[in-house]
Amino acid sequence: MTKIEMTVNGRAASGEVEGRTLLSSFLRDELKLTGTHVGCDTSQCGACVVHVDGEAVKACTMLAVEAAGSEVTTVEGMANADGSLSVIQQAFQDHHGLQCGFCTPGMVMSAAALLKENPKPSEAEVRDYLEGNICRCTGYHNIVKAIMAASGQEVAPVAAE
Amino acid sequence: MPKDGGIGASSKRREDVRFLTGAGNYTDDINIHGQAHVAFLRSDIAHGTINSVDTSAAQGMPGVVKIFTGADFEAVGGMPCGWQVTDKHGQPMQEPRHPILAHGKVRHVGEPIAAVVADTLEQARDAAEAIVLDIDELPAVVDMKAAVANNDVKVHDDLTSNLCYDWGFVEENKAATDEAFEKAAHVTTLELVNNRLVANPMEPRVAVGDYARGTDESTLYTTSQNPHVIRLLMGAFVLGIPEHKLRVVAPDVGGGFGTKIFHYQEEAFCTFAAKACNRAVKWTSSRSEAFMSDAHGRDHVTKIELALDGDNNFTAVRTETYANMGAYLSTFAPSIPTWLHGTLMAGNYKTPLIYVNVKAVFTNTVPVDAYRGAGRPEATFQLERVIDKAARELGVDPVELRRQNFITEFPYATPVAVEYDTGDYHATMDKVLELSDRDGFAARRAESEAKGKLRGFGINCFIEACGIAPSNLVGQLGARAGLYESATVRVNATGGLVVMTGSHSHGQGHETAFPQVIADMIGIDESMIEVVHGDTANTPMGMGTYGSRSIAVGGSAMVRATEKIIAKAKKIASHLLEASESDIELKDGAFSVAGTDKSVAWGDVTLAAYVPHNYPLEDIEPGLEETAFYDPSNFTYPAGAYTCEVEVDPATGEVTIERFASADDFGNVVNPMIVEGQVHGGIAQGIGQALLENCSYDENGQLLSASYMDYAMPRADNLPAMDHYVVDHSCQTPCTHNPLGVKGCGEAGAIGSPPTVINAIIDALQSGGHKVDHLDMPATPARVWAAMNT
Repeated sequence: MTKIEMTVNGRAASGEVEGRTLLSSFLRDELKLTGTHVGCDTSQCGACVVHVDGEAVKACTMLAVEAAGSEVTTVEGMANADGSLSVIQQAFQDHHGLQCGFCTPGMVMSAAALLKENPKPSEAEVRDYLEGNICRCTGYHNIVKAIMAASGQEVAPVAAE
Repeated sequence: MPKDGGIGASSKRREDVRFLTGAGNYTDDINIHGQAHVAFLRSDIAHGTINSVDTSAAQGMPGVVKIFTGADFEAVGGMPCGWQVTDKHGQPMQEPRHPILAHGKVRHVGEPIAAVVADTLEQARDAAEAIVLDIDELPAVVDMKAAVANNDVKVHDDLTSNLCYDWGFVEENKAATDEAFEKAAHVTTLELVNNRLVANPMEPRVAVGDYARGTDESTLYTTSQNPHVIRLLMGAFVLGIPEHKLRVVAPDVGGGFGTKIFHYQEEAFCTFAAKACNRAVKWTSSRSEAFMSDAHGRDHVTKIELALDGDNNFTAVRTETYANMGAYLSTFAPSIPTWLHGTLMAGNYKTPLIYVNVKAVFTNTVPVDAYRGAGRPEATFQLERVIDKAARELGVDPVELRRQNFITEFPYATPVAVEYDTGDYHATMDKVLELSDRDGFAARRAESEAKGKLRGFGINCFIEACGIAPSNLVGQLGARAGLYESATVRVNATGGLVVMTGSHSHGQGHETAFPQVIADMIGIDESMIEVVHGDTANTPMGMGTYGSRSIAVGGSAMVRATEKIIAKAKKIASHLLEASESDIELKDGAFSVAGTDKSVAWGDVTLAAYVPHNYPLEDIEPGLEETAFYDPSNFTYPAGAYTCEVEVDPATGEVTIERFASADDFGNVVNPMIVEGQVHGGIAQGIGQALLENCSYDENGQLLSASYMDYAMPRADNLPAMDHYVVDHSCQTPCTHNPLGVKGCGEAGAIGSPPTVINAIIDALQSGGHKVDHLDMPATPARVWAAMNT
């Protein structure tokens, strides 16, 4: 067992881990940050995306020991300081960009990483960036819309009424 | 004008806040103090005789609590099947025993053979690897026609054959149908495959069993669409635990799509093992385990024939389908190719004679059961493909051929035993043609051709039977369960309400949509209403969510319970207002006396119910809580028309969806935003089936597509761009037999879209001079290219 320390969502965190412990397991099982989900075994679905030192990382594909000393942000750390939803989170709710919610944490984290590197992405760029995030519920339509809206771009209203 | 709240408003989903902030409570998020973990040792061969399961090396390994094999479950029941189909000779289907852990034989890759319970998951996995299996491999049977034709390899030695049933529907129509084919002016025949799919909700299945020794109570936390069904099946038929000693909780569930309806071995195992080990036992499926243990969907091989007279009227439809059951009967498997498929073969058309034959077959593959649409996509695919082929053979417009044969008068009794209550198929056709700008297609095709691409336009109509269904009817058809739904509405003293529903949300948004209905009925704000679901301990017995039944059946139960609440509240109000009950009106959250300015607020009435100082105690009881069970009198029949335009690259065979439009008739709509989201999701799964997804076995029964590296899930860039994609639900013929006039929207997209896409691809290929009548799904580049180049 190895003792590791890191900063998670702005707070110091530490724990004893085995060499094989994944960052996703450490976050979920040790730190009880269960917002990070695990949806596959092959680094395909992206439900586990977190930010490590500002980069989007699939937490199921990184060993916890590799993240030692890093600044980690999970979906639990994405709301505004007053607890209200951030712009991206709010856009997901406003545009119905989630249904069952299981892929949602990864989608939010990927969306944030995309908008950091490309603040006004085209629709095609959003779809391309989401290549590593699978959603089975929404058909992606409203996720793409939410991300475009969060970037300040005009999108169609939420539903034809 | 968009509404602010109530029925018809796109109220934002309240559940989103917890999902967006990581505060959801999914089953894998539940950890019970002292829990152990289980790892299943699963068969890596498709068919074999188990000589021994040697656990001796594993027994002493670190952290091992207990190891279980098939022998440990001889005293409990097998996994039950919830539907018995009767074959065309009046005989019951063949129903094999389905053990919790394999005993004697293994019959599919992924079948659990042994289970190790250990302190940690890693210890359980390590010990499972140390179990030594001695299995004599037997030849596997994978191909359905071979399984029926050849009795040498039987999946179940104690059955007479691999045929589960040979079903004819309607058997009395067979001779007349055959005669109609002899007299037909034209017959179109098509042989096709409806490809095997895996539902793949993003949350893998999880089960946590817990046991309280002091009270002898078992609790199962599980990823289920219907916790009461699991409690009934597991308690009564598998483990012998009475309902009052068994609680089943399905908390936030990350998608279902049918595959989380069924009762699975892992649920029974964890419940059983928790008692045996006297500590909680948890299992979390890996994605690979999910591929080889979640019930699969579709997998039909069909020959369909359509007979037409000299005026192109449909005179008869005849089908023969082989439907894969897999190695065992999953919970509702036998009903899918029969009562959810044969009954839909009329589609939107007034075909007078229909005969459907279905041979359900055991093979050495994972069990097959309901997946989004469940039988109805299979019916629609055959019918709409053969109609398209007929139009081409006859040289007529596929839209006009459909229109000419549409059912236009309702109610309409089909020759396959269902009665459509309402619909307007011309309206949805008109709408989708308008939305898709069919008139502009020729110009767009010319543009595509100028780029060296082929462009095709596909049209498709469909009908589905949803909101299943009358219990007495499904009982006659072989269901071993009722199909009502329940709701308890509890009004609190200060006027807020809690709805406890037997329905279950795993993405559909019940917590938002259900309050919209009650808010309208009482005239109070949606925020005063909370929905509780997913826990047998605090909801009335319900049948759960599948078959697009939540709002149609569960919503109706809630309406009925709320009507009882309002009736009682009016009695209280009449007492408080000293007026006749018949003069009391409820509007905007206040009771008033008709024709006067006397009124009392909702909250004053609810307070009086719980503080009954000034109260008609001689006439009514205190309190304000009512339960209703709603059993529908018929299915609902959503219908629609979809169009798709594809581009095909002749050099590579790659297909792209350029435009897509849907016009659905869901009857009345409670929350348009949620409805459109359901349609988007269904269409994505349908496009996935048409272009990408395939669950593939080799001839030895090895599962070749057991991860997201091998099974092509639709991704964001596989789906149509926003500007050329519209889902519409403005054509509304309200259901005539439920109180909300709703029909259900969950499955439409997955039913309507696969034939739309394939029809468009065929149209594109034909436009390039390729004499291709049909392509099996998924229409991968390799398949499309081969069709163009052979």
